[in-house]
Amino acid sequence: MVPGLAYFLVFHYGAFIANAVAFKEYVPFDGLWASPWVGTENFSRMFGDPDFWQATWNTLFIAVLQLVFFFPAPLALALLLHSLTSDLLRRFTQSVIYLPHFLSWVVVVALFQQVLGDTGLLNSTLSDAGLHTVDIIGNPDAYKPLVVLEVIWKDAGWGTIIFLAALMQVNEQLYEAAAIDGAGPWRRFWHVTLPSIRPIVILLLIMRLGDILSVGFEQMLLQRQSVGPEAGEVLDTFVFWQGIVGGDTGYAAAAGLFKGVVGAALVFTANRIAHRLGEQGVYK
Amino acid sequence: MERPRPLTRAAKGVAVTVVLALVLIPFLVIVSTSLASNREVVAGGGWVLWPSEPTLRAYRTVLSGGIVTEALGVSVALTAAGTLFSLACTTFLAYALARPGVFGGKPVLLLILFTFLFPPGMIPAFLLVKGMGMMDTYTALIAPVLINVFNLIVLRGFFQGIPEELYEAARLDGANDWQILWRVVLPLSKAALAVVSLFYAVSYWNAWFHASIYLESDHWPLSQVLRTYVIGGSQIADTGLSEAGQVSASQTTQMAVLVIATVPILLVYPFLQKYFTKGVLTGAIKS
Repeated sequence: MVPGLAYFLVFHYGAFIANAVAFKEYVPFDGLWASPWVGTENFSRMFGDPDFWQATWNTLFIAVLQLVFFFPAPLALALLLHSLTSDLLRRFTQSVIYLPHFLSWVVVVALFQQVLGDTGLLNSTLSDAGLHTVDIIGNPDAYKPLVVLEVIWKDAGWGTIIFLAALMQVNEQLYEAAAIDGAGPWRRFWHVTLPSIRPIVILLLIMRLGDILSVGFEQMLLQRQSVGPEAGEVLDTFVFWQGIVGGDTGYAAAAGLFKGVVGAALVFTANRIAHRLGEQGVYK
Repeated sequence: MERPRPLTRAAKGVAVTVVLALVLIPFLVIVSTSLASNREVVAGGGWVLWPSEPTLRAYRTVLSGGIVTEALGVSVALTAAGTLFSLACTTFLAYALARPGVFGGKPVLLLILFTFLFPPGMIPAFLLVKGMGMMDTYTALIAPVLINVFNLIVLRGFFQGIPEELYEAARLDGANDWQILWRVVLPLSKAALAVVSLFYAVSYWNAWFHASIYLESDHWPLSQVLRTYVIGGSQIADTGLSEAGQVSASQTTQMAVLVIATVPILLVYPFLQKYFTKGVLTGAIKS
């Protein structure tokens, strides 16, 4: 137990305390503790910084796209898989669609570049067929849909696990009773399947809301440069760029702390709303 | 249930086929291109769907020493060491948290779950690693990510599912906690341990971000090399790795690196796949 506990104390709570740097002007030579306190100066600078607001806006935009397109994708896939009558086909499809989850973002981004890029598979096919090529990678307007597409490709399959398990636990007798009462496939789906998996859907939605300001750090960082900060900067890459590349440590820590506090507040709020609506939520 | 109508069945068939194709075709094209000859790649506009005369030339070039070969060694060592340490620490902690009446069990669990809700942030973590003098060491790639809370919860849930009678029987036989863990709990938890090991191994194998900020470039693991030369677009030929330095070679070489970075995952995946649902869900439901 000791090494494990020590890990959490040092790397989580230790780092937690090191958040104090957000209220300091960090001087590398002096180190964290000797650097002078500046109060909330980093924060007031941040709220007046258009780059910060641009990053916030991009983050929220991508988060909403993910919520609308990525969130329902695993559910839809799970319903499709669940409705397959062939066991073998279902197991094979499952094995295939879980796979991309285990690839790193480096590999996934490289794959997408190779398929959709300038000289990629799609464009070389299009130009061979005498059609116009489309610029998808490196086009700032296409960036946000592109990153959501990548998330869907990578993780929609993996996300089916939890929904499939929920679908598995739906009471068979409910279906039979509904069928006897004359409900067709659609009505059974609407009145039996959906209500049965509602708690799990709400649970995942709350967790997603709490995480709304984290839209995928590695993925964004890998592609930020191909479209520039205007379109590609999100809060996480903003923190990275200001703090680790730019050396503006206190300022970046302030932005990171802001993100953490807002995220935690969102989880509390979403969970409270879930309780109001009579759902179980993430915790009691 | 009655059999679905023909139209529904056809629609499902099409949907499944499309999903499978979307996942599999990119893999096929990349493997094919890495195996194709230069001539064929140029003729195909950079891409080959099925190599007519497969050759391992790209792999020989990449693996004949130089950046990729060294990075491969780093990645293998890092993955092995990281997985071992992480698995050991996670198992001990999960066991302690799974047993009732361990001193401080409940507060410690809350302390840990809290970090899940409120992660400490990138900059403080960076300063901490720097402050502890771990820059440019491989420790910096393992210590800060030693235990994954999700994996911990999965293992704890699994340990709790083991019947209490077995613990009591072992205790009556005079076994201490170490002996119980080693002789009773671990042999019964192979499925969960397999899944957790895979999760750790994959995350160490795939990691590049920490390597990019903590390591000098000549100690990089494979995924960071991949990032620089495939995504970043730097020609591997520029580094003097591809002795001939032809431009057309780089496409097959890049694809070969991509394949090398992916293959280990493809190799272990089928053996562990059957445990996923079981392993993940016992943990997820308990939490």
